[in-house]
Amino acid sequence: MPEPIKLRATLQGDTAEIRILMPHPMETGQRKDPDSGRTIPAHFIETFVVSANGNVLVRGQLNTAISRNPLFSFYAKGLKMGDRISVAWLDNKGEKRSDETVLVTA
Amino acid sequence: MRDAALEIHRLRRLLLKAAGAGCTLGPLLAGGLLTPLRVLAADWNRPAFTATNLPDALKAVGGTSSMESGGIVIKAPDVAENGAQVAIEIVSAIPAGQTIMVFVDKNPMPLAASLAFANGAVPHTRLQLKMAESSRIRVLVKAMDGKIYHASRDVRVTLGGCGA
Repeated sequence: MPEPIKLRATLQGDTAEIRILMPHPMETGQRKDPDSGRTIPAHFIETFVVSANGNVLVRGQLNTAISRNPLFSFYAKGLKMGDRISVAWLDNKGEKRSDETVLVTA
Repeated sequence: MRDAALEIHRLRRLLLKAAGAGCTLGPLLAGGLLTPLRVLAADWNRPAFTATNLPDALKAVGGTSSMESGGIVIKAPDVAENGAQVAIEIVSAIPAGQTIMVFVDKNPMPLAASLAFANGAVPHTRLQLKMAESSRIRVLVKAMDGKIYHASRDVRVTLGGCGA
């Protein structure tokens, strides 16, 4: 099972800030193993979804050019304290992970 | 005696089975995985992401004739010491719902990310890019009406990020 997504959602005034860290190697498929000399196959998050109470806020598609352990900040209006913020990702090998947090005031 | 042992064995197996099921199902349910995953599948724009040069990547997202816009702000360092992790921030003032696409012109595959915003999400994001070499970072914003706008910014990289 992949490592948990680190997720923080804070309400500042009327805007919610959602910070997301998805632990993932994000292998480009262009790196060579220094010992064997073989190319390390690509392994990266292809899609992810950020939702609030089940409504999609952000739908993301990624390539290998996103840094290892992808870190994102997003912002949303119209949310309130206690709303459930969830993030789910799916990678090119079919591995997936989903986690959830609750929106709190900063 | 033999019956009792058998009974215990059966009970043990039952418990193990229950624990096993709990292990896989629990986190799935707790994480609300079952709904969002349906949204996740089959979404990846393969032709655009696997394009190995900028014109092909732009063509694959329908972005060859975009208009330059001052309404898209890209914050990025002028010089990045580590191409494996170049932090950028994008804010778009283009009205009416949108998708933000990020390209690194000179990367082996220029399209790095495509982010679609909805339901009150503000088109504003921070993310970290790998850059193979010094390059222009190009942001395309697709408005709800289908019009595409762009802005760009040059970043000099002192240590390329392809080995990362």
